[in-house]
Amino acid sequence: MAQVATRAPRSAAGQPKKSRIVLLLLLPGMIYLGLFFITPFASLITTSLQAPVLGGGIGQYQPGLEFGNYGFVVNEYMEQIVRSFVYATIATLLALAFSYPIAYFIGVRARKHPVLQGLMLTLVIAPFFISFLLRTFAWKELFGQDSWISNLLRDSAILAQDQYLLGTPIVVIFGLTYNFIPFMTLPLYTNLERLDTSLLEAGSDLYAKPTSTFWKVTFPLSLPGITSGTLLTFIPIAGDYVTASRSFLGSPNTAMLGNVIESNYLRIQDYPSASALSVMLMAAIVVLVSIYIRRTGTEDLL
Amino acid sequence: MATEFVARGADLELVGIRKEFPGFVAIENLDLKIPAGEFFALLGPSGCGKTTTLRLVAGLDSPTKGKILIGNKDVTTDKPHERPVNTVFQNYALFPHMSVLDNVAFGIKQRKVSDPMPKALEALKLVELEHLAQRRPAQLSGGQQQRVALARALVNRPSLLLLDEPLGALDLKLRRQMQVELKAIQMEVGLTFLHVTHDQEEAMDMADTVAVMNKGRIEQMGAPETLYERPKTIFVSKFLGQSNLFVGDVAESNSDSVSINVAGNKITVPTKRAEKTTGKIAIGVRPEKATFHEDQAPTSAAGLNIIGPGEIIDIRFTGVSNQYLIEIPQIGKVTVFAQNVGKSPVTELGAKVWVSWKVEHSFGLSDLPAENGEGK
Amino acid sequence: MSKFSLGKYLLPTYTILAFVFLMIPIAYTFIFSFNDPFKNTTGWQGFTFKNWTGVCNNIDVCLAFGNSLLIATIATIVSTILGTMLAIAVTRYEFKFRSATNLLLFLPLATPEVVMGAGLAAQFLNVGIPKGIGTVIVAHILFTLSFVVVTVKARIATLDPKLEEAGRDLYAPPVQVFAKITLPLLLPGIMAAALLAFALSFDDYIITAFNSGTEVTFPKYVFAAAVRGIPPEANVIGSAVFIFAIALVLVFQISGAMRSKALAKKN
Repeated sequence: MAQVATRAPRSAAGQPKKSRIVLLLLLPGMIYLGLFFITPFASLITTSLQAPVLGGGIGQYQPGLEFGNYGFVVNEYMEQIVRSFVYATIATLLALAFSYPIAYFIGVRARKHPVLQGLMLTLVIAPFFISFLLRTFAWKELFGQDSWISNLLRDSAILAQDQYLLGTPIVVIFGLTYNFIPFMTLPLYTNLERLDTSLLEAGSDLYAKPTSTFWKVTFPLSLPGITSGTLLTFIPIAGDYVTASRSFLGSPNTAMLGNVIESNYLRIQDYPSASALSVMLMAAIVVLVSIYIRRTGTEDLL
Repeated sequence: MATEFVARGADLELVGIRKEFPGFVAIENLDLKIPAGEFFALLGPSGCGKTTTLRLVAGLDSPTKGKILIGNKDVTTDKPHERPVNTVFQNYALFPHMSVLDNVAFGIKQRKVSDPMPKALEALKLVELEHLAQRRPAQLSGGQQQRVALARALVNRPSLLLLDEPLGALDLKLRRQMQVELKAIQMEVGLTFLHVTHDQEEAMDMADTVAVMNKGRIEQMGAPETLYERPKTIFVSKFLGQSNLFVGDVAESNSDSVSINVAGNKITVPTKRAEKTTGKIAIGVRPEKATFHEDQAPTSAAGLNIIGPGEIIDIRFTGVSNQYLIEIPQIGKVTVFAQNVGKSPVTELGAKVWVSWKVEHSFGLSDLPAENGEGK
Repeated sequence: MSKFSLGKYLLPTYTILAFVFLMIPIAYTFIFSFNDPFKNTTGWQGFTFKNWTGVCNNIDVCLAFGNSLLIATIATIVSTILGTMLAIAVTRYEFKFRSATNLLLFLPLATPEVVMGAGLAAQFLNVGIPKGIGTVIVAHILFTLSFVVVTVKARIATLDPKLEEAGRDLYAPPVQVFAKITLPLLLPGIMAAALLAFALSFDDYIITAFNSGTEVTFPKYVFAAAVRGIPPEANVIGSAVFIFAIALVLVFQISGAMRSKALAKKN
C-alpha cells in the first residue's frame, strides 16, 4: 500500500499549546471528579473515624476521631485482608500465564492475517459482553455439588465423597482468574502488537535460541504491557466480592476484603469499620502501585 | 475575514526574527527578504532552524521577537487561517477521512469562495490528478499524494507558498521528476515559493536564490552558482558540495591576490575572491577544479597553484568521474575529481602525484575549520 | 526436527483451547436460556422457546433490564462527553497542573469498585441525598469517566498534529478545525470509549449495590437471584445482549476489513 500520510515525525510540530480553551475543557470533568471522587474520599476518611452514638440504634454514628476503628478492623479482619492480597496475587499470576501465549499469538503470529486477528480479539473480549454475574453463576452451577465436574472428580477419587468444590479457595481463585482474564490479555496484546519482529530476527541472527530470544528480547520489551495488565487485573480482584461471596463461588472461609466491606456497610451498617477497611485497601493499593510502577520503570503509564 | 488574496505572489520580509523554545534558541536573529515571484530555498541540515522559520511564516508558531511582513503588511500576530500563505507539509498531511477532491476544496470552502468544486477540480487538473478526485488519500502513491498536497495549497492562490521538504518522502527518481514539475508549476502560476530542504542538489536545481542556514543563522545567501563557486564560510563550502581546504598565515597580499604558505607550498587566491586578507586564513578549491600530474611537478606558472608531491591512497569510480584521494605530507588529504571521458591515463594506487589548480578557482573563507581535524 | 514443528502447532492449539475455555460460561448461559423451569431453576429440565418469546412474563427481570439500559445510556453520554474533553485537554494543551491532572484521572482506575462505591455512599449519606436511579447514574459516570479518558487519549496519540495544522493553514478557524478535522478523526476512538462505558455501566454490580438503595438493576437482580438459582429469563436477556454486542463488533470488523480489502485492490 502507498505511504499513508499520518506517520509524520514529531519535531517542532505537535508541541502542546497554551490556551484558555483548556479551562473550558477541563473544568466540567474536574468539578465532577472533585465532587464525586475527591470529596467522597474525604467522606470515607471522616466516616472511618466516626464513633457510635451513645444509646443510638444500628447504623447511627456521629463525627469523631476514633483512630481505634483502624486497630479494631485490622484485628478483626486480618485473615480476610491477607487472603485478599494472596488470592489477588495468585489469580493475577495465573491470568498472566494464561493470557501471554494468547496475546503473543494474536499480536505477533497472526499479524499477517488482520481478519483472523480481529476475530480472535473479539473472542478475547466476548466474556465482557455477557453479564459478569451470569458468567460467575455458570461456573457455580458447573462446579455445583451434583455437576458432572464434581462427579468426575469424585469418581476419580480426587475429591472425597463428602467434599464440595464450591466454597474452596481453589474454585474462588479459579473464578477470579477467569473473570479478569480479558483485563490481562488486552493490554498484553496492545503491547505485543507493536513489537518489532525484526528485533526477534536480530536476536536469532545473533545466535540466540528461540527461548533465549524470548527471555532476552520479547519479554523485556513487553514489560509495559505486563505492568498495565497486572495492575488492571490485581486491583479489581483485590476489591472483588462477587466471586468469593456465598451466593456465588465462595464460602465464609474464602471471604475477602470486599465481602467484609460489603457486609459491614450494607448489612451490619457499621459504616466506620467499612470505611476504615476501604481507606486501608485504597492506601495499600496506592503504595503497591507506586512501588510497582517505579520498580518496572513504567512511570509513563500514568 | 479581510484577508486579501491576490493572484500573484507577494514579498516576504522577516525582520529581526528570534525564536526560543524551552531550553534552546532555534533562530537567533534572522533578517530575510524574498521578492515577489521568486523561488527561494532555505537550505540547511536538520535542526538548523529552517523548518521553524517556515512555521513562523505560516503562523503555526509565533516568534519570540521580530516582525513578519507579507506584501508589506505586518502579519506577525495573525492566526494561520488569516494569512495568505499555504503550506505543502513534509508528509503532506492530507486529511485521511476526506476524498482527494474534498481535500483540495477544503481551503476555498473555508474562505467561502464561490464554486469551490469546479475550482478544486481545476487545481487537480493542473497536477494531472483529476481522474483520482474521488479516491481517499491512502489509496494514492507517494508521488500522487505529494501532488494532491500541492494542488490543495495552490488552489487558494496564496501570496506565498511554503514547501516543507515536500519531496523528502519520495524515492530518488520520482523526486527528480517532481522537482521538474514543481519548478514548471511555479513558473506557470508565478507565486512566491519558499522551499525548505536539506537536499543541496534540490535547492540548487530549483531555486532562484538559496539561503544556507546553520545553527539558527543564515550563513550565506545568493544565486546557486554564486554559492557554489564562491562560498564564504567553511560550513557553506562543505555543505554545498565538497571542498579541499588549506589553512595558513598570509605571506603576501596585494590588491590582486593573497597568498598563504602551507608547509612550504604557496597557495594563492584572487583578492576579490577572499573574505579575509590578513592573519591566518583558509583557502579552498572544489575537487573538480583541481587536476593531478604524475611523474613530475608541472612547471610553475603565474595563476597556478601547485602542491605536492603526494601519494594516491584511494580511487573511487562513480560513473561520471573518478575520485582520487591524495595524501600530501604535512598538508593532508586532497580530493581530485577527474571526469570519466574514457581516455584518462590509468593511474594506480600509490602513484606519486602533484596537484594543481588555477588561482582564479581558489576561494578565501571568512572563518577557519574547527581544530578537531575534521577538515580534509 | 520434531521439536520445531511441535512448537509451531503448540501455540495455535493452546489458543483454540483457551478460547473454548473462555466460552464455557457463555455457552452455559445460552443453553440455559432455553431451559424449561419445570420445578426449580437449577439443572436442565427440558428445552423450550418460552423464555425467549415471553421474556417479560417475568416482569421483575424486564424492569431491572430497563433500569440498566436507562442508567447505562445516560451515564455513557455524560461520561463520553466529559472524558473526551478531558482527554483532549491533557494531550493537546500545556497547563500548570498537567501531571497532577493526569494522576487524578488515573486514580479512579486504581480504585477498587468497592472503595469507590463505599466512598460515594458515605458521601450521599453525609449530605443526606436519598439513593436511587440518580445516585447510580452519578456513580456510573464517575467510574466510567477514566476509561473514556484512557481510550480517547490512545486515539489522540495516533493523530498526526500536522493534520490540524494543515486545517489552520487552509483558512479554518479553530472551531472549524475541531469540527471538520479533529472530531471526525477521533470519532472511532470516541465510539469505542462510549461502547466501553456502556458495557461497564450495564454490567456493574458492586458500585451499584452501594448506591442504588431499593432500585433494582439487571446485575442486582441476578445477584439476588443467584442464591436460589437464576431464572431462565435472565439468561435470555444476558444471551440477547451478548448476541447483539458480538453482532455489532463483527459488523464493524467486517466493514473495516472490506474497506481495507477494497483499498488493497485499487492500488
